[in-house]
Amino acid sequence: MANVISDETIEYVGILAKLELTDAEKEEAKKDMGRMLDYIDMLNELDTSGVEPMSHVFAMNNVFREDVVTNGDEREKILKNAPEQKDGSFKVPKTVE
Amino acid sequence: MNSLLEMTAVQLGGKIKSREVGVVEAAKAALAQIQAVEPAVCAYVTVDEAGALRQAEAVQKKIDAGELTGPLAGVPAAVKDNMCTEGLLTTCSSKILYNFVPTYTAEAVLNLQKAGAVILGKTNMDEFAMGSTTETSAFGVTRNPWNLEHVPGGSSGGSCAAVSANECFYALGSDTGGSIRQPSSFCGVTGIKPTYGTVSRYGLIAYGSSLDQIGPIAKDVSDCAAVLETIASYDRKDSTSIPRKDCDFTSALVDDVKGMRIGIPRDYLGEGLDGEVKAAILQAAKVLEEKGAVVEKFDLSLVEYAIPAYYVIASAEASSNLSRFDGVKYGFRAKEYEGLHNMYKRSRSEGFGPEVKRRIMLGSFVLSSGYYDAYYLKALRTKALIKKAFDKAFEKYDVILGPASPSTAPGLGESLGDPLKMYLGDIYTISVNLAGLPGMTVPCGTDSKGLPIGLQLIGDCFQEKNIIRAGYAFEQSRKYESPKIARDAQAAAGYGGAQGGPADGIRNRIAETAGKEA
Repeated sequence: MANVISDETIEYVGILAKLELTDAEKEEAKKDMGRMLDYIDMLNELDTSGVEPMSHVFAMNNVFREDVVTNGDEREKILKNAPEQKDGSFKVPKTVE
Repeated sequence: MNSLLEMTAVQLGGKIKSREVGVVEAAKAALAQIQAVEPAVCAYVTVDEAGALRQAEAVQKKIDAGELTGPLAGVPAAVKDNMCTEGLLTTCSSKILYNFVPTYTAEAVLNLQKAGAVILGKTNMDEFAMGSTTETSAFGVTRNPWNLEHVPGGSSGGSCAAVSANECFYALGSDTGGSIRQPSSFCGVTGIKPTYGTVSRYGLIAYGSSLDQIGPIAKDVSDCAAVLETIASYDRKDSTSIPRKDCDFTSALVDDVKGMRIGIPRDYLGEGLDGEVKAAILQAAKVLEEKGAVVEKFDLSLVEYAIPAYYVIASAEASSNLSRFDGVKYGFRAKEYEGLHNMYKRSRSEGFGPEVKRRIMLGSFVLSSGYYDAYYLKALRTKALIKKAFDKAFEKYDVILGPASPSTAPGLGESLGDPLKMYLGDIYTISVNLAGLPGMTVPCGTDSKGLPIGLQLIGDCFQEKNIIRAGYAFEQSRKYESPKIARDAQAAAGYGGAQGGPADGIRNRIAETAGKEA
């Protein structure tokens, strides 16, 4: 395997991805990612010098509109989906000491 | 009565219009079929019996009042569970959305409802549309109605299985790398992935936003054209939506391919392609040639590079799109955690399945500083080259013809052990998404095991009508068939309507699956 994923890399990617992996999952992820990157490295066979990266197939423009509310008050409906709520707001663990 | 479920959506719509079939009667027949075959097929995550009957009564009234006159008015349909439906559970087949009830309806579904569709329920899928077998669903595995030991394909496996088993008359799916076309091929039904931007993505829970498109799945090309015509719309709520004036797709339902230039990429017929699939595809090409099309082989090039480019781009977009699932506003929240960040991490780690985590990790990696240029930008440059290769091909051809998948449906459990091998199965479908092109799968035969084979037709951007015309012309050469399980259920049932459902009239697999886990 050409791409060897280190413990540090998996830790770092776990932080970016906001995922908490078990030790077994980390080992699995190292193997999976290494194998995928080996495969993805195939792209290096292509000469892409001078080729612009294409994020969208068609030209994309900003779509502007007036900032006007068109839907009604859906607070109650929306809060129904909240895992926890309090006083008409989403409830989250304490963030400021 | 048995023949009712065998009708295409447009045929049923005609019978409803002429008052030969009632809307409630059609909904009840579909619900009874669901009740009969679901224990074996598991195509739905949620079946909304009471809601379907309510909608049916309301639609019948509007038809009687002359307010609804379209070809699909009153026809029962199913929707993939990644499209938001107001008031009806929408899970993406993920534990992290196990209890999510949207406050609004996806634009494509809304367009169907305006045309008088009766929505029966939400269909199973690979979790967040990541997978090719519908086995990564958190709520059970959907089975292929042609052989229950085989997968239906994915990720729109539930929608395709439901259409195939006559559990609905048509369904919506979504296609990011082949998720409409490949399961359509495996289940012996027809599916279209339209040109990017044709159908609004508003309310479609995003996976790879630059690749995702919603499209129809049905028994034949005519149904798909009628449904696509209904769901296509310019939508200001989707900034990638494209205003089109040529969405009269049913006008292309013409049995005439004289002079049509059809190219078969040699790269699509090489190593890895199953012999029986290859023979069926070439036979289909011959049928079109005999009808007057000019068919030749050519070198498309770059085909093998589409898969690595796709997995970089799709995973990168997924890692960003799925960051919204954090246990705050909706869905699953972990029971035990220490502080806010740990709550995010635990909720996500317990809520997402292995394939979703794999792609979020890969996506986070290729976007991270130090790797962004080498992986992400390299993939976007490759995408530009692939698009150019298609542009060149469409200078010479109206339609590109090939298989939808290298093989027929694999057995249950054969694919998940080796993700990379599963990804390689997307080789014929993935480049279409990268290039934003329309693509369609039409059934063209079965293999020696009796599993369906699908023919893929690819058009240039905005040229759906070419592939619809070719597909329609080809389809005239064969007869649509339902699998035995659908016909047996129809023969056994009296269709007195669906009885014995739960009191609230909504059934879903969430509780069942949770029970199994505990």
